[in-house]
Amino acid sequence: MIRRIVGKTLGLLGYTIQYGCIAHCAFEYIGEVVICSGPSMEPTIRNYDVLLCDNLSRHFFSIHKGDIIVAKSPDKPSVNICKRVIGLEGDKVCMSSPSALLKRHTYVPKGHVWLEGDNLDNSTDSRSYGPVPYALIRGRICLRVWPLESFGPLKESPNGRIQDNWP
Amino acid sequence: MAQLHGRRYVRAFISGFFVAVPVTVTFLDRVACIARVEGVSMQPSLNPEGRHESDVVLLNRWHIRKFEVQRGDIVSLVSPKNPEQKIIKRVIALEGDIVKTLGHKTRYVKVPRGHMWVEGDHHGHSFDSNAFGPVSLGLLHAHATHILWPPNRWQKLKPLLPVEHESAQND
Repeated sequence: MIRRIVGKTLGLLGYTIQYGCIAHCAFEYIGEVVICSGPSMEPTIRNYDVLLCDNLSRHFFSIHKGDIIVAKSPDKPSVNICKRVIGLEGDKVCMSSPSALLKRHTYVPKGHVWLEGDNLDNSTDSRSYGPVPYALIRGRICLRVWPLESFGPLKESPNGRIQDNWP
Repeated sequence: MAQLHGRRYVRAFISGFFVAVPVTVTFLDRVACIARVEGVSMQPSLNPEGRHESDVVLLNRWHIRKFEVQRGDIVSLVSPKNPEQKIIKRVIALEGDIVKTLGHKTRYVKVPRGHMWVEGDHHGHSFDSNAFGPVSLGLLHAHATHILWPPNRWQKLKPLLPVEHESAQND
């Protein structure tokens, strides 16, 4: 009797560990579902949209300019941020807000990316904390799942902040 | 009959594979892994023989699950300049500390929130925070706790703060 209970408990424990590990691998290497809150990506992503995030492209270094990504916040590593990639390493980016008269430009250093929210007036991003190391990127947002009426891929940047490589 | 046996073996192999691989990957990602140390930047704590012999260290990943490190710990982190490379350094200062730098742009640096200052033990031969500035805690990979190989060097890695930095702390 006791033997059967112990056996069942061990079996259950084994299954829990097994499925936990499979879940970890799936979330870490394939993709996950994220809920985005906060105003920084409006109007592209509204508060509490449910998004599908693909974690595979970061391992293959296939993050491009214009992609929306989920990354660890550089000053609070347990918090995730959702921003748009404006510049990759070596690109020239504009540091100041679009309304500023004097534009200041900078180059993104090696191994870093420049992130900005689409809501430029209400976003804490690379303009305040500087370029972000590539390794902090967790994944790329590829699809909106909820609300259902706007299901599908996300829109391009509305601000035109992404510049082509300067000669 | 032989075909039936073969099919059973294939099925057992596949189910075992789907258990073993995720469990191993999760263990290496969450609990601990081992790594070979290359380069001279951590001499004399690691690789004291130079390029003839390289140490194998145990990296504890469970310790840093909440991004908590102490000053003096040896940690491995993803290089901020090259995301494909991992580097192993000693934590010198945490957020809010004022560090006296060795050949950085400015003489003193206040470590910003969520960042740390890392340096190699072998000053002048190490590519560390003196070159790339404070690093984000999110780049932390693991805490190096033991030297496993070669066997005669088996030891626990003790936290240690270089003398020149002890006065620069700000608690």
